[in-house]
This record gives sequence, C-alpha cells and structure tokens, in this order.
Amino acid sequence: MALDSSKTTGFKYVGTRPNRPDGLDKVTGRAKFGADAYAPGMLHAAIKRSPHAHARIIKIDTSKALAMEGVKAVVTRADFATGLEGEFGDILENVMAGEKALYDGHAVAAVAATSALIARDAIKAIEVDYEILPHVTDVDAAMQAGAPVIRAGAADASVPEGLHPNVVRYYESGHGDVEAGFAEADLVVEDHFVTEATHQGYIEPHACLGTLGSDGKGELWCCTQGHWYVQKVCAACLGLETSQLRVTASEIGGGFGGKTTVFIEPVALALSRKANRPVKLVMTRSEVFRASGPTSSTSMDVKIGMKKDGTITAAQGTFRLQGGAFPGAPCEMTAMCAFAPYDLKHVHQVGYDVMSNRPKQAAYRAPGSPMAAFAVESVIDELCGQLGLDPIDTRLKNASREGTRASFGPTWPRIGLVETLEAVKAHPHYVAPLKKGQGRGISCGFWFNHGGETAVSLALSEDGSAQVAVGTPDIGGSRASMALMAAEVLGIPYEDIRVTIADTATLGYNEISHGSRVTYASGLATIKAAEDAVQKLCGRAAAKWGIPEDAVYWEDGYAKPSGPNAGDFEPLHIDEITATMGATGGPICGHFEATPEGAGVSFAAHIVDAEVDPDTGKTSVVRYTVVQDAGKAIHPTYVEGQFQGGAAQGIGWALNEEYIYGADGRLQNAGFLDYRIPVASDLPMIDTVIVEVPNPGHPFGVRGVGETSICPPLAAIANAVSNAVGVRMRQLPMRPSRVLEALESAADG
Amino acid sequence: MVDVALWSGLRPLVGGRDSVAVEGGTVGEILDALRRDYPALGPTLDAGVSVVVDGRVIATSLTEPVQPDSEVVLMMRLKGG
Repeated sequence: MALDSSKTTGFKYVGTRPNRPDGLDKVTGRAKFGADAYAPGMLHAAIKRSPHAHARIIKIDTSKALAMEGVKAVVTRADFATGLEGEFGDILENVMAGEKALYDGHAVAAVAATSALIARDAIKAIEVDYEILPHVTDVDAAMQAGAPVIRAGAADASVPEGLHPNVVRYYESGHGDVEAGFAEADLVVEDHFVTEATHQGYIEPHACLGTLGSDGKGELWCCTQGHWYVQKVCAACLGLETSQLRVTASEIGGGFGGKTTVFIEPVALALSRKANRPVKLVMTRSEVFRASGPTSSTSMDVKIGMKKDGTITAAQGTFRLQGGAFPGAPCEMTAMCAFAPYDLKHVHQVGYDVMSNRPKQAAYRAPGSPMAAFAVESVIDELCGQLGLDPIDTRLKNASREGTRASFGPTWPRIGLVETLEAVKAHPHYVAPLKKGQGRGISCGFWFNHGGETAVSLALSEDGSAQVAVGTPDIGGSRASMALMAAEVLGIPYEDIRVTIADTATLGYNEISHGSRVTYASGLATIKAAEDAVQKLCGRAAAKWGIPEDAVYWEDGYAKPSGPNAGDFEPLHIDEITATMGATGGPICGHFEATPEGAGVSFAAHIVDAEVDPDTGKTSVVRYTVVQDAGKAIHPTYVEGQFQGGAAQGIGWALNEEYIYGADGRLQNAGFLDYRIPVASDLPMIDTVIVEVPNPGHPFGVRGVGETSICPPLAAIANAVSNAVGVRMRQLPMRPSRVLEALESAADG
Repeated sequence: MVDVALWSGLRPLVGGRDSVAVEGGTVGEILDALRRDYPALGPTLDAGVSVVVDGRVIATSLTEPVQPDSEVVLMMRLKGG
C-alpha cells in the first residue's frame, strides 16, 4: 500500500521531550569539535594577517619564515587556483588576499610548522610590503562621492547609474502609491535608525584538520554548518575534483549562520599539499572577530502613516547594509522582511548592499530581518504611543493573514501571525503591572525559512533498531528531532534510533544547515526514508503471508493484514521481519533524496520589560516572553531553546554588542573582554509560548524555528527602553553611554 | 501564458511593466522563457532568484509545476543563517 504518514495530531513520539542523543557526549567532553582532531605527523598552521584596513600588497618575503627550524610550508595566494569568479572567487579572495588587503585582519600568507608556537613565530618572520590606501568602514560614508573604492567593478546589473561603486547590489519592491497612502494618514512618523555590526558569538572558533596529497585526494575535518558546501568551495579554491575531497563535519560549538561559509579550510589543505602532511588550523578568538563574518551594520529610514483607528495607510523604508569588502549584504532580505507582518495597500522598500573595508559579512540568524524589524517596529510603537493605541490591537488590525498580499508581492498562504499576536494578548505578561523606571516593548518579527537539497538514508538492523544518516550538521538538537520523526513512522521507541551526521562520501549533496531548514527538510526526508523502509517491511510481510503487498499496512511497529479479505495472520513486529531480512531479500533500507520546496514562513512576537538606571544609563531586561509559530514542535524543549537563544542573542545585539573601528580602520575590540556578549547574569528567565499553525508543506506541519526568534528582540527591547526613559532610541546598541546621551538630550529639550 | 510579477527594481528592464506574460509549465520553463523573451533580465536571473508559486517559495527546484492561473512572483534568492 502507498504510505503517507502525514498528520498534525495524534502523535505518539513527536511532541515529547526525550533526552538528546548527544547529551552525554557533550556534558562529559567526549564530543569531538573542530579542534579535537589529531593525525600522525600533523603540522600546526598560523595565518599572517594584514594590519591595515586597505593596502596594496607590493611584496611578500617568506624566506626568513621558511628558514626557521620546524617550518614545513608557507603559502600565499599563488598556491591557490586562478581564474575563479563570482561567489567562489570572492571566497578565495577573502580566504587569501590577492593584490590588495581589503580589511584589518585579511589573510595574506600562512605557515605550517611542527608546533603551533613555531607557526605563530614564523608568521612574524614573513615580511610584507604594503602601499597603504584610503579606507572607509561606515556604510553612509562608503556611499558618498569621494569615498575610497573598495573593489572597482564589483557592482551587478541591479545598481542604478550614478551610485558610488561601493554600492554593489540594489533591491526595490512594493505596490500601491505610498504618497497617496501617506496623504490618507492622520499621523505620519519618519525616522532614521542605525545598527552596528555584531558577531554571531559562537563559542567554538573555526577549526579544521586537512590532509591533501599530490594525487589530488584529500580528507578534511572541520567545524561547519555545511560540509558539502565546504567540499565544493575547497575543491574550487584548490583545483580539485570535488568527489576526491571527503569532508566530515565535527560537532559544532555554535554557528548561527557564521559557519555557512569558508574561511580557513582551503588554507589548511593548501599547506598540507605543500608539506605532504596533515595540517591543523585553529582560529584564535581575535581572528574570529577580525576575519570571520559578522552581520551587516545598517543605516535605515522608515516612514509609516496611520489613521487614528490604527489602520496603516502606507509604509516606506530605505535600508543600507554594510557588508564588508565583498558583495553579499542581505539588503533584499532586510527590505522584504521589513513590512512582511502587515497587510499594506501602499508599500515601498529599497535595499542597498554597500562594501566597506571590513571583513566579509556572514549570515547571522534571519540575516537582515532583525535590523528591519528594529526600524519598522520602532516607528509603529511611536505611532501607537502618539495616537494612544494598544500596540497589539494595532498590529492585529493590520496583520498579514492567509489571502492578503505580502509587502514583497505574493499572496500569503496559511500563516500564523494572528494566532501569535492573540497569544501575546492573552499572556499574563502583557498586562502585568510595571514598576517605576520600567518600560514595556513589543515587536513582531518575520522570517522566510528554507528547504534545499536534502538526502537521508535509513538502515534497519537485525534487532529492529534503526540508523539514520543525515547530511545536515546538528546545530540545534536536530538528531533528537530526526529520531522522533523516524520513531513516529516506524513505530519503534526513540531510543532505538541512532542518528548520525554523514560525511560527504556517504550521502548525496545536502545543502547547508541554514535557513531554519533542518527540522523541515531533513525531517521531511527522514519521514520519507522511514516510509520507504516501512514499504519494504510490508513487502517482506506480504511475501511471508503470500498476499499482495497492498494488502498489508503498518501500525505501531507491526505489519498487519489490511482486513479480513487479506487473510488472518498474526501481526509481524519489525524485529521479526528484520531478524530474517538477510534471507528474505537482503538488508532493508529507506532513502529519500529531493529538494523540498514547502518550507513554511514563521512569525514571532516578543514582550520585553526593561528597567533603566537613570544615573548610569544601564539597561536591565527584567522580563521577557517569546511567542512564535513553530508549525509543529517536534521536540518542544529544543524549540523553546531556539526561542530563548534568539532572545538572548537579541539582548546582546540591542544593548551591548558592536564592532568598534578606530580612525585607522582597525577593529578595536576583537575579544570577549571588549566585545560584550550577554552572560547568564545579564539575562532574565525567558518565557516561551509555542504557537502551532501547521505548515501544509511538511508531513507533520513543521515550520523552521531557528531564526525567527532573533527578529523581534532588537525592536522589542528598544521599544521597552524608549518607553522606560521617554526618549525614542534610534541607534543600537543601547549601551549605557548612549542611553545617558539620549536622556541628556531630552532634558535639554 | 503565465503572468510573472516582478519586483519593482526589475521593471525598468521590461519597459516599466510590473508583470510579464511568458509560456511555461514549470519554474524552469518560466525562467527560460524570461531569459529568452526579456534578455535584460538575464543577469538578475543568473545571479539567482526564487519563484513564488501560489504562495510557495521555490528556491531551487526547476521542475515545480506552474498552472496557467497560478500566481507567480519573482523574488530575490533566499539565504538563511
């Protein structure tokens, strides 16, 4: 019989909260992360980095480094492939500078030596002659006439004539007539907002161990969100045949989007090829800040018109994103997400991708969306305040829902924003009294989510247990979720399923663990692979009973005849079938390979209470509630963890975190002492509410949850602080000095 | 023929229209038709787009079917974190 496990209720395993399968390894230190790999004869590598924000490389003299005892290889750009263009060309240029160093920290050479100490000493012996060039690190300054050109000719066809060459991509969308809409409004608020670049702040620095022989065959162990992508990029950068490089993903100590690209792996492999020995390369924390990818900084203008009854009449936004020395700042995502929560007759949004002399930006959870929400939701808060409107009722009045037109064009399918906002309104936090000096803020947030290329293989053992091989690194507890979904289909206990992250030689191509796609896409593939195995189990039972295969169905771990006409047979348990599978047709496995395209978008709304010390300007978040549509929470504890993680990172982004550049274009705070991420004592308990509006594109209704939770915090916290101090906060982070300045400027009138 | 709605940044490339009609029964056929009938869109399409078909965002698959009465909207390619 054709098997379809689709359902949104009546689950046995899905929705429960078992211990994570990798938990013991993680808490005992047995789990192997990027830097935990060793190989016989292994060398240690270090990278020489530019101290200048922008400089032409005149000459690199490696002779003194090569002469040092223990140094086995030195590489520069000359040791990598030539002729790469586009995405891979940019990655290689970022991995190892060519003609110019484009930012403080840009790699210019690397050394492999018999110890990490010798390697670090050797890079000091490499002499680089630079011609220092003018630099720019601010997004608005980079767009001005006369700003230094980072890389001529980098703009694509989307950029209108007349813009500075540092504007490399342009996006514009919308519908209606915003001027007519503003004319209908009783109140129009227009404001300017600024956010600084922040780092994903993953605890584990980038690390890898690479082996590459002169025969073009290699092995790479690395900490990444997507090892098939690493394989593809490294093969291109080193001129290899892709399949000859096997890449294995280590356990990952956080990624949040920052490990969706490549920074050091081609360097380790190039050194290994030259030294003919395995090479280990581990970034220092300072290197992580200086030379991996933070998120974009932004400069934004938002204008919204509203009637006295709360109806939004028009909305307009201009979003300028600084993306470092390469194209790729997610200006289109910022623009598309900005007004997505609202059903707007007149809307217009513009995005600019702007280069500067900073490290190449990388994705950070819902890239581009949190900044847009900060600007838009701040203006909506201001409108509600001035018009005396309830902020939730106002958002509900204008909320996007099934059948309304999205601000970026299409008609919404089934979405859960209204249910999310209603859950906020019903939450005790929303009406809890505030103390003196406290303010409350709320915000909506939106993210698309993603499907992508996915392959899963499931193999049954003779004892009826199952092994599931997936290709998406487990960045948020996905092994538990996969096991729960497989258990649901197979009808065997969660504990009888082992989920492994396969290497690139084991499965077909798997897209990166990004776009909140893993529980959706790998989950869908796991369900389909399990259904494939169940189909075969039913076939074996049918053969044993001598009845047609479609006269057998699967229930709770048993093959059963489908009715009296099928015959009177005792149900066969899975382990009765697998015990003899070798003699009844061979191993039983299930497979699924596809590109699922039914990812469901998700919305969140956060409630924040903040307390501001008027003497110091320090903000304390005293209460925080996250409400988000998960579609279906497969493992609710991990869904709640994603909600809380987004809120925690948002608190850091809103209050403390920022890349600080000096006048010399050098990063001033490349370490956790000076770049302050929140610690436990900075955070309140973060309450969570899981809303479940099933995604019709997934058999169990899953929507992605990993990114949406970071979309509302910047705005919700800014609104809380603004309401606490009575001054609109327009720039992040709201560090104490900035809050004091706002208070003083308000006092000055 | 299928109407394909364009984001406004693309409209100058197709004579100011906010949508264009092309032949195609799949996402891939529609993208091919756009390249053929509106060459100015080529660089944008080559850089990567998503196609929203009746509210479903198709990011990768060219084989997704499209009906003549489908709502089809061109969108910048999505990338997550």
